[in-house]
Amino acid sequence: METTFTAPALMPALPEIFLLTMACVILIADLFFSEEQRVYTYILSLLTLAGLAGITFWQLGQPDVTTFSDMYVADGMAHVLKLFSYAAVAAAFVYSRDYLKARDIYKGEFYVLGLFSLMGMMIIISGHHFLTLYLGLELMSLCLYGMVAMRRDDGIASEAAMKYFVLSSIASGMLLYGISILYGVSGGALGITEFSQWLATAELSTGLGLGLVFIVVAVAFKFGAVPFHMWLPDVYDGAPTAVTLFLGTAPKFAAFAMVMRLLADALGAAVDWWQPMLAALAVLSMGIGAVVAIAQVSLKRMLAYSTIMNVGFILMGVLAGTEQGYQAAMFYTIVYVIMAAAGFGMILLLARNGFEGDKIDDFAGLARRNPWFAAVMMFVMFGMAGVPPFAGFYAKFEAIRAALDVGLLWLALSAVVFSVIAAFYYLRLVKVMYFDEPAAESQVLDAPMDARAVMTVNGLAILLLGIFPGGLMAICLRAIGG
Amino acid sequence: MFNDLPLLSLLVWLPILGGVAVLIAGRNGGDDRARWLALAVSLLAFIISIPLYTGFDASSAAMQFVEKTSWIDALNVNYHLGVDGLAVPLILLTTFITVLVVISAWEVIQDRVSQYFAAFLIMEGLMNGVFAALDGMLFYVFWEAMLIPMFLIIGIWGGPRRVYATIKFFLYTFLGSVFMLVAFIYMYMQMGGSFSILDMHDLPLGMTEQILIFLAFFAAFAVKIPMVPVHTWLPDAHVEAPTGGSVILAAIMLKLGGYGFVRFALPITPDAAAALDTMVVTLSLIAVVYIGFVALVQQDMKKLIAYSSIAHMGFVTLGLFLPFMIYSNSGDMQGAVLGVTGGMVQMISHGFISGALFLCVGVMYDRVHSREISAYGGVVNTMPKFAAFMVLFAMANAGLPGTSGFVGEFMVILASFKASFWIAFLAAMTLILGAAYTLWLVKRVIFGEVANDNVAQLEDINRREFLMLAVLAGAVILFGVWPAPLVEVMDASVEQLVQHVMQSKL
Repeated sequence: METTFTAPALMPALPEIFLLTMACVILIADLFFSEEQRVYTYILSLLTLAGLAGITFWQLGQPDVTTFSDMYVADGMAHVLKLFSYAAVAAAFVYSRDYLKARDIYKGEFYVLGLFSLMGMMIIISGHHFLTLYLGLELMSLCLYGMVAMRRDDGIASEAAMKYFVLSSIASGMLLYGISILYGVSGGALGITEFSQWLATAELSTGLGLGLVFIVVAVAFKFGAVPFHMWLPDVYDGAPTAVTLFLGTAPKFAAFAMVMRLLADALGAAVDWWQPMLAALAVLSMGIGAVVAIAQVSLKRMLAYSTIMNVGFILMGVLAGTEQGYQAAMFYTIVYVIMAAAGFGMILLLARNGFEGDKIDDFAGLARRNPWFAAVMMFVMFGMAGVPPFAGFYAKFEAIRAALDVGLLWLALSAVVFSVIAAFYYLRLVKVMYFDEPAAESQVLDAPMDARAVMTVNGLAILLLGIFPGGLMAICLRAIGG
Repeated sequence: MFNDLPLLSLLVWLPILGGVAVLIAGRNGGDDRARWLALAVSLLAFIISIPLYTGFDASSAAMQFVEKTSWIDALNVNYHLGVDGLAVPLILLTTFITVLVVISAWEVIQDRVSQYFAAFLIMEGLMNGVFAALDGMLFYVFWEAMLIPMFLIIGIWGGPRRVYATIKFFLYTFLGSVFMLVAFIYMYMQMGGSFSILDMHDLPLGMTEQILIFLAFFAAFAVKIPMVPVHTWLPDAHVEAPTGGSVILAAIMLKLGGYGFVRFALPITPDAAAALDTMVVTLSLIAVVYIGFVALVQQDMKKLIAYSSIAHMGFVTLGLFLPFMIYSNSGDMQGAVLGVTGGMVQMISHGFISGALFLCVGVMYDRVHSREISAYGGVVNTMPKFAAFMVLFAMANAGLPGTSGFVGEFMVILASFKASFWIAFLAAMTLILGAAYTLWLVKRVIFGEVANDNVAQLEDINRREFLMLAVLAGAVILFGVWPAPLVEVMDASVEQLVQHVMQSKL
């Protein structure tokens, strides 16, 4: 048999190609930079992200295309999620510069690993084949393990990295196992389109259900949904805060994209099967996230449980299985990442040499030390609590609406009750910042200009998206609806 | 001349932006700048609200001063403002009371001055927004956003147990409100994607749906009013809040609950309201009688007034839910209208009186730093001018004829006679209980011998305090002897509401 090789269209994957090139350039260039010149690595990384944003922005108007034998897709959802991932990574780089310097991990590797991890995310976001998704996931995770372990002499960080590595590998194994079962029952379908076409005509069988369970477990693990959440607080708490910020923001887009590609696109016809599974995950995540966060004294752990709670809301949007639900989940993910970036970023700005600033008490009297930072943090807290006029309110609103739309009143009611419970610990941080007096030795807080500017934009985004959420909602709707 | 201006938008956004401006003006030690700017903004807002009354066509029940533009296209949410006769008096009350609150804090607040004034101004804008919103989403946003400044006001400038009080206040009201949000989303889907409040009024709903939606609204509004048994946040919040916070809470925030009933619960779910009216009337009577007794035994002046507020707000809910009984007893539409009007008048009057009483307590607290009744006695000897005001407001609180407190209570009692003798009997208990706890308070605090050195050293009110109390005294007497302007402005709207409510949706 004669095989012909036609070169795949490369242009749709231009962002990945550009990023790969630049990451290699930075990796090599960094070798020649001295400690004082490291700022060039930082600037180059930011320029790379800006370039990526330019490319993706340019692609935004173009029709959806697939390439590499239908293994890669560049569609509206991919472009939007990628743009927000770039922004999240950029914010993480900007917020963390001073923090890294003070902890002697201001290394080129941080930026290179970050960029490679971003590439993994982009591959997941654009993955249109079970194996592409798996490869993207591995690339992303591998870099994240390295980043968590960046402070290799720190016991807690090493433990966190080890835990993350082992548990995450198990989850990857689950995913691969699920994929292999689906491959078997479908008679050899691995592409998303291929599989969904097969599923449209297939009977729902036990084998399919088994594969589905493994896929849902893997996705739940990556998202950190209860009961697969145990790694999340430990890793968030143990990792250097700069890495926590990285971990808690952009990968959420990848996780959301993975859910969309796997469950909505490939397994959409089996929605009746995965809806109850996700409903259980959602309600457990909201419940555990809301209740356990109350007991935390570390802000990083509290935000970790808050992440778990928010994941419940994202899943609530997805499980509706409707276009509105997917849009709600996407809107929620974007809004959540914006808030989480500001929240973790604030811890970074608060941290000083030898002082992590990640205890809730460290925020005491922030309103006197820096009123604007305190106000931004208040926006984050009220936003996460879902109080208007902050963006988090519309995110919760959309997710609840999605659940009501498919008649899941019990889920909607538990969601609102849990969000009231969660409001308590968000309020507690506002209380600490505004009602408590600052510790005696603390002074007026300041931050470098770039971090201050990004924090201002970040904070205002939470407020402005809350007052005018229509634009972002429309973008999400278009991205989902094609 | 004023009708060309978007008055309602100005009333919402001028105070909010003014509040932000006050924050900026107060930087780098600009406390005085912040004070004067806050006073200017609040006065300007009050002046702007006057044409709302003078330009209002009281003969029409339709929404007036309507503004409508698209806000969130993706959800079909509109920026839709408008007022009828039910909302106009409440907006005027809000702008009026805010001016007094700004004046009352003038020298008293020395810590984070600009933030204090900014919080009140922002809250004023948000409360005006609640009264003027005609889109459910817009309403909800204002309704919830309002909690944030109040949370900070109690928490930052409050008393010793302020953290407990403010978190309790926030969580209580937040829990009530989220159920309302679910109800809104449900109706949004039933109406095919619209939050228009006026369309909700005409939305046909089955009995089960109505009951559930009514209960959701009830959770939100009963907490806010507050009704027994969800009233326990109020005494805590009132006691711990700074004077201005107590005034706004008592004078306006509680009214939001009553307003919610007439704007949402009654017209949207009339059959459920009719079916559950016994429950609400019973709870109202418990508030009037039982909370009256509770007020009697309080040791703390602010707590006493807080409980008295709950009792008086019981009259409001009584007036709002009696019409069903009156109408089913006798088909007497006028009696039903009387009940609702009485409830509305009671809300406005209670706004003046409770606000005034909290200001009076604030005046004493600023001098002696105690709210305990036992820390005072014989204040009249050292503060005669103040005592005169305090006695007047106490009389009004007890419902003395000739004060505004009498009008609303009398209307509701009159209406309750048409429903049932026993309801009227229990409601009229307030005349005894109200008199008992307020007059006893006055007796212990104002009259008698000078109790201690603190009281002996008291200085009478200064011109600033005189001004704010005198203005309120004027309002209390004006509406007491001549309630017509108040009743007339809401007459058409109340009548239309009652007619709408008496029509079954089933």
